[in-house]
Amino acid sequence: MYDSGKVITGLLAFAVLVTLPFWYTAAGGKGGFRPEPKLAPGLEGKKCVESKAFMRASHMDLLNLWRDEVVRQDLRVHFSPDGRAFEKSLTNTCLKCHSNTGEFCDRCHNYVGVQPYCWDCHMEKKLKGAE
Amino acid sequence: MDEDRRKFLKLAGVAALGIGSASLVKTVNGKERRSGKFPQALEGKRWAMVIDLAKCQEHEGCTLCMNACNQVHNIPHFDDPRHEIKWIWKEPFENALPNQEEDFLEQGVSKGPAVVLCNHCERPPCVRVCPTQATFKREDGIVMMDMHRCIGCRYCIVACPYGSRSFNWQDPHLGLGDINPGYPTRMRGVVEKCIFCEERLAKGKLPACVEACPYGALTFGDLDDPGSKVRKLLKSRYAVRRKVELGTRPGVFYLV
Repeated sequence: MYDSGKVITGLLAFAVLVTLPFWYTAAGGKGGFRPEPKLAPGLEGKKCVESKAFMRASHMDLLNLWRDEVVRQDLRVHFSPDGRAFEKSLTNTCLKCHSNTGEFCDRCHNYVGVQPYCWDCHMEKKLKGAE
Repeated sequence: MDEDRRKFLKLAGVAALGIGSASLVKTVNGKERRSGKFPQALEGKRWAMVIDLAKCQEHEGCTLCMNACNQVHNIPHFDDPRHEIKWIWKEPFENALPNQEEDFLEQGVSKGPAVVLCNHCERPPCVRVCPTQATFKREDGIVMMDMHRCIGCRYCIVACPYGSRSFNWQDPHLGLGDINPGYPTRMRGVVEKCIFCEERLAKGKLPACVEACPYGALTFGDLDDPGSKVRKLLKSRYAVRRKVELGTRPGVFYLV
């Protein structure tokens, strides 16, 4: 191979550059920007309709399920695993507690670049503190 | 070699499908999650409405039922008739019940207007033509709209012989005053119509128009129940329906 020294050095340099963010974090550097959703005041310690981990990962699936069940099957009550009952309603159940949609919802949605259009219709007023 | 690749792709496809459906089950149904109805929900087999035209026409210019409906369902108001959104409104008798004018003159109802709304047909033509099943017939007879699935093709508007459906040509928020937070608004490009207040029935309440009429001109009930108010009215009074000759079997009756 011609110029093997240069080529291999170049490849190595390229690999290091590309993986630099990982090395940086591994070396104890502060990771990049992470959105931090903020709970509305007074919500600490309160339980959501499902566990925090479930809601964080699957709230969109749950909302889609709610939508279909309410509109198409007329099933309007959600039972939590611990037996608590909730009306399936984005405006009147979710947003009642999570009233600070700008700080709670939009932060992550903006970060991951999703634009849910639920709120085009399901809202009673202009979203508070929308970012 | 090609054969092998083909097999591999097939296998990969099936595997991907398996993984996909497994994750769907996990995220949506992975946990035991129960759904139900409100205990106070009104249940029926065939919801229907009976409109007493003579009682209604005693109060000329009354719009209480329409106001209640518009308020409850966030129905926008546009002056331009091409943009109108209508769930319940008044039509001249000869338009609402054509060719039925002359027979029932004793009450004189054919001179005044008739309240019209979606007939919640037993054989709804709108449902037959909807390409996305956005409009469908529920088990209790209500012809329901799923705004999430509506693609705005307006086949249903063409199919409906009663003109019961309206299309949102522009953003309905432009024509809204106070918004009722208990009911969603709509967006531009979807069709809407009366849904017999299924969201109120689910909470044990009668339709908003029925509740709003202080004169008892509107009666709501289950056609399937021989003891229901609507059946009693239909037994004791002569009733007509709109365009029965089309075979849609409307669920809205007019006492004339």
